[in-house]
Amino acid sequence: MKKPSLISALLVGVLMLAGCGAQDAKPADNTAATEEVATENTVDLTKEMEAYKAFALEQMDAFLTDTEKFVTLFKEGKIEEAKHLYPRVRMYFERSEPIAESFGDLDPKIDGRLADIEEEGLGKEDWTGYHKLEYALWVDNTTKGYEAIADQLVADTKELHALVQTVEVTPDLMITGAVDLLNEVSTSKITGEEEIYSHTDLYDFKANVEGAEKIFEILREKIEAKDAALVKTLDEKFAALDALLAKYEQGEDGYVSYEALTDEDTKALAVAVNQLGEPLSQMGVIME
Amino acid sequence: MTEWHEKKISRRSMLKMTGIGAAGAIIGASGFGGVMKAMGSDLTAPKAVKNSIAFYGKHQAGITTPSQTNVYFASLDVVVTTKKEMRELMQLWTPMIEKLMAGEEVATSTNVHIPPNDTGEAEGLDAKNCTITIGVGPSLFDKVGLTAEKPREFTDLPHFPKDQLDPAYTGGDLCIQACADDPQVAFHAVRNLVRVATGKVEVKWAQAGFNAFPPGGGTPRNLFAFKDGTENPVPDKEDHVVWVQPGESKAWLTGGTYLAVRRIQMHLETWDRTSLQEQENTFGRHRDTGAPMGMKDEFDNTDEAELPATSHVHLARQTKARMLRRSFSYASGTMTQTGAHDAGLLFISFQKHPQQFIDVQNSFGRLDKLNEYITHRGSALFACFPGVQKGSYLGETLFK
Repeated sequence: MKKPSLISALLVGVLMLAGCGAQDAKPADNTAATEEVATENTVDLTKEMEAYKAFALEQMDAFLTDTEKFVTLFKEGKIEEAKHLYPRVRMYFERSEPIAESFGDLDPKIDGRLADIEEEGLGKEDWTGYHKLEYALWVDNTTKGYEAIADQLVADTKELHALVQTVEVTPDLMITGAVDLLNEVSTSKITGEEEIYSHTDLYDFKANVEGAEKIFEILREKIEAKDAALVKTLDEKFAALDALLAKYEQGEDGYVSYEALTDEDTKALAVAVNQLGEPLSQMGVIME
Repeated sequence: MTEWHEKKISRRSMLKMTGIGAAGAIIGASGFGGVMKAMGSDLTAPKAVKNSIAFYGKHQAGITTPSQTNVYFASLDVVVTTKKEMRELMQLWTPMIEKLMAGEEVATSTNVHIPPNDTGEAEGLDAKNCTITIGVGPSLFDKVGLTAEKPREFTDLPHFPKDQLDPAYTGGDLCIQACADDPQVAFHAVRNLVRVATGKVEVKWAQAGFNAFPPGGGTPRNLFAFKDGTENPVPDKEDHVVWVQPGESKAWLTGGTYLAVRRIQMHLETWDRTSLQEQENTFGRHRDTGAPMGMKDEFDNTDEAELPATSHVHLARQTKARMLRRSFSYASGTMTQTGAHDAGLLFISFQKHPQQFIDVQNSFGRLDKLNEYITHRGSALFACFPGVQKGSYLGETLFK
């Protein structure tokens, strides 16, 4: 997963992929596309945009509250409790990623993986956020020495929370956001590259899918009016993916470790994601 | 090979002109009349598009069509479970395949908020003699409630000596053979057909392949540098080697054919340390000319006495069974376990009965000296529908 804010990585992505880099190059591309939308389309999505903003704010509220809880546990050295909460807090963030991602600098500070940081030419010392604390909990098996990182995470999360209040939701953000959420799953969650120490990738997986499903639910009526068959297909494909994910539930609100998945398991999940992603990318029919 | 394709002339006269050129490449360079008969009569006139092969006809294209330089072969599993859904899939694919073979975009839209309908990488290219051939595997019938329509002879190929089949390259419910004189055009065809069928099919395995034809025409060489296809039979329209005749199988397959595909790894490293004499004894032909052992020209008659008893050519001649070979080489990186080239032959043959392939393969048996240098890694058998008439769709005889 390339973070949009990693400017160097972003530029490379654009150069290498030319026209195909739209997902990676979100901030720049979206602005242009959004402006176009404003002038050319007459579909009124005000209600839908408000509904999505309310959802994103609700997720961000919970993300901030639970991040504070997580950091408290972390700083008290309660490793097992912190480990339990870690993947669950992250789900709020993963559900609303299209919004969080629109704040270029904060996203990598909160959610950057060491690989992303290194790709940008920076070192381990520049690495902050959830994944660094993941490393502390699962690899270093200590919280000592990570207190400043933990405090920084709370500060960054507060800043994100404040910025999200002002975010302008556009139809394009929703439509491409839903597809991007699934693309996140296809490119990093399904390969176990997101949570390389905790192997809690299935939590992020589930949250990304829920985030996409929420957008679909909000747009359902509008899609129904344009292409009822698409709604039927999306209902089926979301149900199929949810059923497949349910096989890996563990305990009350948990998932098995990514390491417990066989190649067949990950392939089946990847196929289900692709089968959902393709029709999901057609939601833009409502803009015509 | 491309020159004759580019002339906008009627198909019939074009075929008369092919002569020594392209047809020889796959057919084995004898009896060109048969090729002309095979292709001439029931094909519609070529479109204005450059280098396009007609889609409609008695038989599917890509079988007796002169071999293109590239293939992208995909084996698919179906997700659908009914005959009706299969029919819908074929009705979806048929007009797309017609467009892909004509070098046209599969669909267009002006809505910038949805992804482009055509993936687009073939834009600006002509049809590149693209052909798309669709077949069904023996595993399809039970899955879509068509058990009664499965021909008796249509089962998975038996195990052959020295087979080391990798499940990752074996079997499949459906196949798409996309050939073109350009690798990107062939890939584009498969990519778009698979994309539009998302949720209906899944790719089980796929393999790209290539052939290189001498500029003056003639038989292409495989990666062992030997001419491959010299003794291919010559199919004609009524050909009894390739096309299923009325009453010979289930009615839906009349005019169709069986496609056998084998992914055969060639151990290039060991071959390259083998003396020329040993290489020639292995095939039973001379490497430079392609002539049978002791002969001067590729198409000289074979003197059986000159052929080593374990040579590939000698053993192939022990059976009367014939089939139309239409193979491509492949090179796909390295074998992870050994670091050796993962390269070889994507063997493809067409025959009206699977037994023809089985007989030839069995005649090689354990004796074939070539076995030392090859390993069969993948295998599948498909039944290709008859051709499509205007207003109809692929597989109508089976799915209607």
